[in-house]
Amino acid sequence: MSHLSAALAHCLPELILAAGVLVLVLLGAVRGKESDGLVTEIAAGLLGAAILVILLGGKTNAIVFDGAFINDGFGRFMKVLTLAGSLVTLVMSRDFLAAEKIDKFEFPILILLSTLGMLILISAAGLIALYLGLELMSLALYVLAAFHRDNIRASEAGLKYFVLGALSSGMLLYGASLLYGFAGTVSFAGIAETINGKASLGVVFGLVFLMVGLAFKMSAVPFHMWTPDVYEGAPTPVTAFFITAVKMAAVAITLRVILTAFPGIAPQWRQIVIFLSILSMVLGSFAAIGQANIKRLMAYSTIGHVGFALVGLAAGGEAGVAGVLAYMAIYLVMTLGTFAGILSMRVNGAGVENISDLSGLARTDGVMAFFFAMMMFSLAGVPPLAGFFAKWYVFNAAIQSGLYPLAVIGVLSSVVAAFYYLRVVKVMYFDEPAPAFDRPAPAPRIVLAVSGILVVFLFAYPGLFIDATMAAARSLF
Amino acid sequence: MNIAAWFFYLFSAMMIGAAFMVISARNPVHAVLFLILAFFNAAGLFLLLGAEFLAMILVVVYVGAVAVLFLFVVMMLDVDFTELKQGFLQYLPAGGLIGLVVLIEVAFVVGAWTIGPVSIANVTTPMPPGMTNTMALGRVLYTQYVYLFQAAGLILLTAMIGAIVLTLRHKAGVKRQNVAIQNARTPAEAVEVRKVASRQGI
Repeated sequence: MSHLSAALAHCLPELILAAGVLVLVLLGAVRGKESDGLVTEIAAGLLGAAILVILLGGKTNAIVFDGAFINDGFGRFMKVLTLAGSLVTLVMSRDFLAAEKIDKFEFPILILLSTLGMLILISAAGLIALYLGLELMSLALYVLAAFHRDNIRASEAGLKYFVLGALSSGMLLYGASLLYGFAGTVSFAGIAETINGKASLGVVFGLVFLMVGLAFKMSAVPFHMWTPDVYEGAPTPVTAFFITAVKMAAVAITLRVILTAFPGIAPQWRQIVIFLSILSMVLGSFAAIGQANIKRLMAYSTIGHVGFALVGLAAGGEAGVAGVLAYMAIYLVMTLGTFAGILSMRVNGAGVENISDLSGLARTDGVMAFFFAMMMFSLAGVPPLAGFFAKWYVFNAAIQSGLYPLAVIGVLSSVVAAFYYLRVVKVMYFDEPAPAFDRPAPAPRIVLAVSGILVVFLFAYPGLFIDATMAAARSLF
Repeated sequence: MNIAAWFFYLFSAMMIGAAFMVISARNPVHAVLFLILAFFNAAGLFLLLGAEFLAMILVVVYVGAVAVLFLFVVMMLDVDFTELKQGFLQYLPAGGLIGLVVLIEVAFVVGAWTIGPVSIANVTTPMPPGMTNTMALGRVLYTQYVYLFQAAGLILLTAMIGAIVLTLRHKAGVKRQNVAIQNARTPAEAVEVRKVASRQGI
């Protein structure tokens, strides 16, 4: 019994979310319509409690539940990022959902379930836990994408995501079965032990299929086809959730699988990662140029950013992984701020999402324009802001491991990408004003301002979290 | 050849024959009955492997529930299976060709395959001594893999919530049964007695 309670202590954040979900489902079912606000507040509280438990709780590393669950520094770091993404998205979503009349109590519950899946995913130490976490996360995401069920574009987004997601799950399972067939074990450590530096055909096949499934979840090119349509069609808070929390979990599990299960065959996986990285950076930069819809623009932007983060993984080593972690942390802050801005784009009670709707924002709402422009500069990687450091870390790691062509392509595509971020700034500051936005709800405004302060702060004092990323990265090796 | 081997070939041959009849029988009811026969033979194969619990579960769940459900569907819905099957022979050459190509590819892959040493050791997993089938399964499901089992349960919960969120519509003006009100009715308010004059009606 003490064995079980010791194991449970390691997955306390997951337990909090799981137990909370069950209570909230009951609460929503019994109290019905009037429980909406209460359920959201409790859900936000649960996410906050999970963050606190990770930050203040024990820092002992362990693998429990017969090799299914690993508690380590890397997992704790990524879990805090994921939970923070979910929490902020949930808090920002209230007013939007109420305005669109889709504020049902199931929304926070699905966010919680999806976040729980992400935590299971990040802590997966074996293929079965990986698959179950991925499915728990994705299944809730499919429903969330189609949450505005009377809206034809949201339904299309949900259906498209579901069909392609099922296909990618199939690929991932096929790869997992090949790996299990070869290694005879599902645990990452066991697979690494069996491979022992020999890249046999079965392992490479399994690795490729596993990577396809994971690249789909990260929306890395060439498995990105669904991303713009789904991100555009889904309700805006859900898109914010996709871009923030989901990206954190997907990148985390990709790092963990590659670095703990396949350390012996680095040349094999490095090829795949470099290929995904270059294609994502280039396509993310060029395809976003012609976009008129800001959500679609952010979809291509996220494809590009995943490419940049993968540069760090391709570089490998502690420095590379720490670079990816720093990149994801800064990316989380920037995208949360950007989506806080996008959520505030409402004219006469209806949401607008075209870049042209931002025209002349500097004259109608100077504060919002200032912070939104700051997010755009940071996403582009302009120096006095944190986005510059994010790119600097991963490119630096790439150069240190001798991947010069990759670093050069990365820098060039980030120059191209700067064009469309700066275009948004130009539209806001130099174009004729479009109709002014409604008075924004307080939550998105606070998030936008806090993100703006953070991107400056993280640039000025990078030491504050660089140590944390280094410590987290070390636990993977 | 010992008796277990005889039974193995008996069950296997009958299962393959029944499975073939499932897809070739003209009458859909016969097809479902052949499916049930295939399930019984699969249960027999499980018994030969020493997996009694799985054998019984296969009969109870698949024959008892799933196949009976199939029978219901086949009998209730008026599906014209002969029409569905039309063109089967027409596409057979093309489909067969693709199948052949895939088969050759698989053969190439398998030919160059090296199987890890641990997998070979895993092929035969003997029962732990002094343990029944049910106990061994229960130990694996509810003790060794309890975390994954619970995670799977949460996935099912998500699927259920998702289905409700996406499809449930609250219609206005639906009359619901209220037992308390029904029981509280008295003859005085429920029945009206009228005097009907002859040849008049009401």
